[in-house]
Amino acid sequence: MNSLDKLLPKLVLAPAFVLGLAFIYGFMVWNGVLSLTASRMLPNYEFVGLEQYTRLFEMDRWWVALKNLGIFGVLYVGGSMALGVLLAILLDQKVRAEGFIRTIYLYPMALSFVVTGTAWKWILNPSEGLQKLVQDLGWESFTFDWLVQSEMAIYCVVIAGVWQSAGFAMALFLAGLRGIDDSIIKAAQIDGASLPRIYWRIVLPALRPVFFSTLMVLAHLSIKAFDLVMALTAGGPGYATDVPATFMYAMSFSRGQIGLGAASATIMLATVAAIVVPYLYSELRKKP
Amino acid sequence: MQSKPLLAGAVLALALTGAVAGEVEVLHYWTSGGEAKSAAELRKMMQSKGHTWKDFAVAGGGGDNAMTVLKSRVVSGNPPAAAQIKGPAIQEWAAEGVLANLDAVAKAEQWDTALPAVVASVMKYKGSYVAAPVNVHRVNWLWASPEVLQKAGVAGMPKTLDEFFAAADKIKAAGLIPVAHGGQNWQDFTTFESVVLGVGGPKFYQDALVKLDQKALTSDTMAKSLEAFRKIKSYTDPAAPGRDWNLATAMVMQGKAGFQFMGDWAKGEFMAAGKVPGKDFLCAAAPGTANAFTFNVDSFAMYKLKDAGAQKAQADLAAAIMSPAFQEVFNLNKGSIPVRLGMAMDKFDDCARLSSKDFVDTAKSGGLVPSVAHGMAVSPAAEGAIKDAVSQFWNNDKISVADGMKNIAKAATNR
Amino acid sequence: MTARRFTLGRFALMATLLIGAAFFLAPLYVMVVTSLKDAEELRTGNLLSLPGSLNFSAWSEAWSSACTGADCRGLQPFFWNSVWMAVPAVLISTTWGALNGYVLSLWKFRGSETFFGLLLFGVFMPFQVVLLPMSQVLGWLGISSSIGGLILVHCLAGLPSTTLFFRNYYAAVPGELLNAARLDGAGFWQIFLRIIVPMSTPIAMVTLIWQFTQIWNDFLFGVAFSGADSKPVTVGLNNLANTTSSVKAYNVDMAAALIAALPTVAVYVLAGRYFVRGLTAGAVKG
Repeated sequence: MNSLDKLLPKLVLAPAFVLGLAFIYGFMVWNGVLSLTASRMLPNYEFVGLEQYTRLFEMDRWWVALKNLGIFGVLYVGGSMALGVLLAILLDQKVRAEGFIRTIYLYPMALSFVVTGTAWKWILNPSEGLQKLVQDLGWESFTFDWLVQSEMAIYCVVIAGVWQSAGFAMALFLAGLRGIDDSIIKAAQIDGASLPRIYWRIVLPALRPVFFSTLMVLAHLSIKAFDLVMALTAGGPGYATDVPATFMYAMSFSRGQIGLGAASATIMLATVAAIVVPYLYSELRKKP
Repeated sequence: MQSKPLLAGAVLALALTGAVAGEVEVLHYWTSGGEAKSAAELRKMMQSKGHTWKDFAVAGGGGDNAMTVLKSRVVSGNPPAAAQIKGPAIQEWAAEGVLANLDAVAKAEQWDTALPAVVASVMKYKGSYVAAPVNVHRVNWLWASPEVLQKAGVAGMPKTLDEFFAAADKIKAAGLIPVAHGGQNWQDFTTFESVVLGVGGPKFYQDALVKLDQKALTSDTMAKSLEAFRKIKSYTDPAAPGRDWNLATAMVMQGKAGFQFMGDWAKGEFMAAGKVPGKDFLCAAAPGTANAFTFNVDSFAMYKLKDAGAQKAQADLAAAIMSPAFQEVFNLNKGSIPVRLGMAMDKFDDCARLSSKDFVDTAKSGGLVPSVAHGMAVSPAAEGAIKDAVSQFWNNDKISVADGMKNIAKAATNR
Repeated sequence: MTARRFTLGRFALMATLLIGAAFFLAPLYVMVVTSLKDAEELRTGNLLSLPGSLNFSAWSEAWSSACTGADCRGLQPFFWNSVWMAVPAVLISTTWGALNGYVLSLWKFRGSETFFGLLLFGVFMPFQVVLLPMSQVLGWLGISSSIGGLILVHCLAGLPSTTLFFRNYYAAVPGELLNAARLDGAGFWQIFLRIIVPMSTPIAMVTLIWQFTQIWNDFLFGVAFSGADSKPVTVGLNNLANTTSSVKAYNVDMAAALIAALPTVAVYVLAGRYFVRGLTAGAVKG
């Protein structure tokens, strides 16, 4: 390798290095700085220490947002993965119309959350959607008005989210299943192991790497669920379905409280970092 | 709306005369039927002067998305020529030093005499005009469907809250929805402030919701207001959360619901659908508020621009907004009344004439109060926090009146 | 894995799969069916009822005459804005990701792994954080509220994911292949263009599809960084769905939503198998 070849990779990577780090970390630091200022409508640099954080944690709406992130995050990721694994296992059974069915399961991923939110908002509307439909069909006392109930609305967001992403999780798991060596399975079958046992003891453990990749992608998407909440419930009823992403948006842009918004964004980043950084660290250490 | 040939001809004519034709980019969130028609009127006027109107509508959230875009544009150094901003937010923007000085236009068009003092002061920052007002909305209206009232056996529009509840009971007994409501936090608050005004009167309203006085916010009068507010909820239908305001108005129009607490832009919806006031719909001051007028003045804040042509266009926009011709046409479509004093009201309907008379009367009597629900009274931070607290109380029946009061009082400490 | 006999188990399998398919298809069915109804059918029918006839008036209205504010030109102008924004952004970000992935997997140097780890964190960053500083930067560059500005933002936002996809894929290239090429005298660019690029089809498909979906469907950047002329189709759709007169024209709303969704759904239907193939070939291996 001549010296040009030694320099070239670094040159090629340089734009990504500079721009990427500036975009990600530069802006994160800028955001952190803002969270320590009294910024209201536009950024200003009057430092006020941790006051914004104190105010943040005194707001009921912030606690609701955190709670919703927990509920949504766990159910969305868990639900999508569970459904994804199940569908992948079923589809792996040499089904005849596999390609066609797979396309059906996967297409929701192609939709924008705005589109999904708009469609589901109507479907879950008590007076015009599913509830009305079932009542019209004869079951008069059927109720499904979760969307308009403060306590239950977040679960509607979960339903729409899982609908959107389960197919994607399925695709990843299916790819993983196809990568498992058949001979191990056959050997186990010859030894007399039953199918569920084979799945439990051999297949699922072999899917561990896929499990983690999927977790990463879905966790990333759950943070981006901003669009979905905005389109489906706009944070309502009241602020019952607020999540940190919509909270930050409202504070920074509608309320002219940029300092407070920045503080909420910092907490979001810290939460994400707490989960992701250890995982990334362990993964990258393993690699050759 | 497709006036390209007109525009081309006008531009050509102006080019020949050597006048400076500019482009105005106008940010707004007028996207419902009546509103969009009104915005189109302003656009027509600008085009007839040879300027180009770049429409920058950003729907959603009662202006939330629009505010995001606006901030992003201002921060990037490329603001629109005008943005739909009102109330104390105008002063906040002016304090950042990004608004243009409109005194030249204001002097030429004599704005100081054409506007009531209370409105002019909102449009000014440190004595100079920075925004042009478009209209005056009255927020404390009650709208009703005569058809529903007749079916339920309700005699006339209720004047007090007690009469209102009696009427609502009758409508409920007749199997119809007494109050059409849209569950969005500005709508919840629109109803709330009319209730506070009705229970406590204009002075209490000012103390509690405008001055944000803690004693007033935790007083018995406030407790009574919250109780009445919760009682109104029991007359709304369960599918209300998230419903847009104009769909609630449609419920009244279609005879499905009896009443709606809404500002007079609801009238714009009725009229856009060809309904006649007095025959197809009724208007009255919200129960208990006949001697008060909650005002909401829509306005366009003008941003500092670099381009000379654009500045000229912007000045023309400001002048056009305050012109009698525009004031009349716009307000006929939107449901509000002209903010310009001394305009002839013959083309306007009875509800508008009542509004106009009350506007002048309450300015003298002290019953003219700014609307908190519509950003006329307190800073966006305080307003947002109070709206959160009030909407929580509305949506969650488990919150007691005492707790609701505490939450609101705490929210009012936001600056 | 099991024999293809028609057993009860087989039947249960197919039934479950079909129920799953119904769950996933139901909203699409509702959207399509609604978009083909006229106002009368909307009022009298219910969610699932079929339209009386194939009525495409809602579609033409959504495309060319629905109001999105004071403008009543339908979704058409926004659709083309999205095209002009998405195509360059997808191509640039994919190519850039390929180059970065190539360097990070096969030309490692001191600190490159650390850089990769730092870059990877960007995948999780909530984008609201960058809205205001990005506006400032775009303003300095003179490309705020333009399609060019949106392209730049999307390339930056996609940098971590595209780099991740390619880097993981290229990491599986056998070392002997590279060594042989180097012994033959091939340099940085020759190895990339002659060996790596030809074998990149699966991962390129995955990245192109993923990026196209993300960029076409984005709303946040579209609403924050666009001007009156550069709004993408998601913003147009949101405006359209919120621009109502007293009667909500659900048929036009659904038609508009379908128009906005058409490109990405078409990509998935036509190229979905490449996506899965690419995933199988090791795109997102742990």
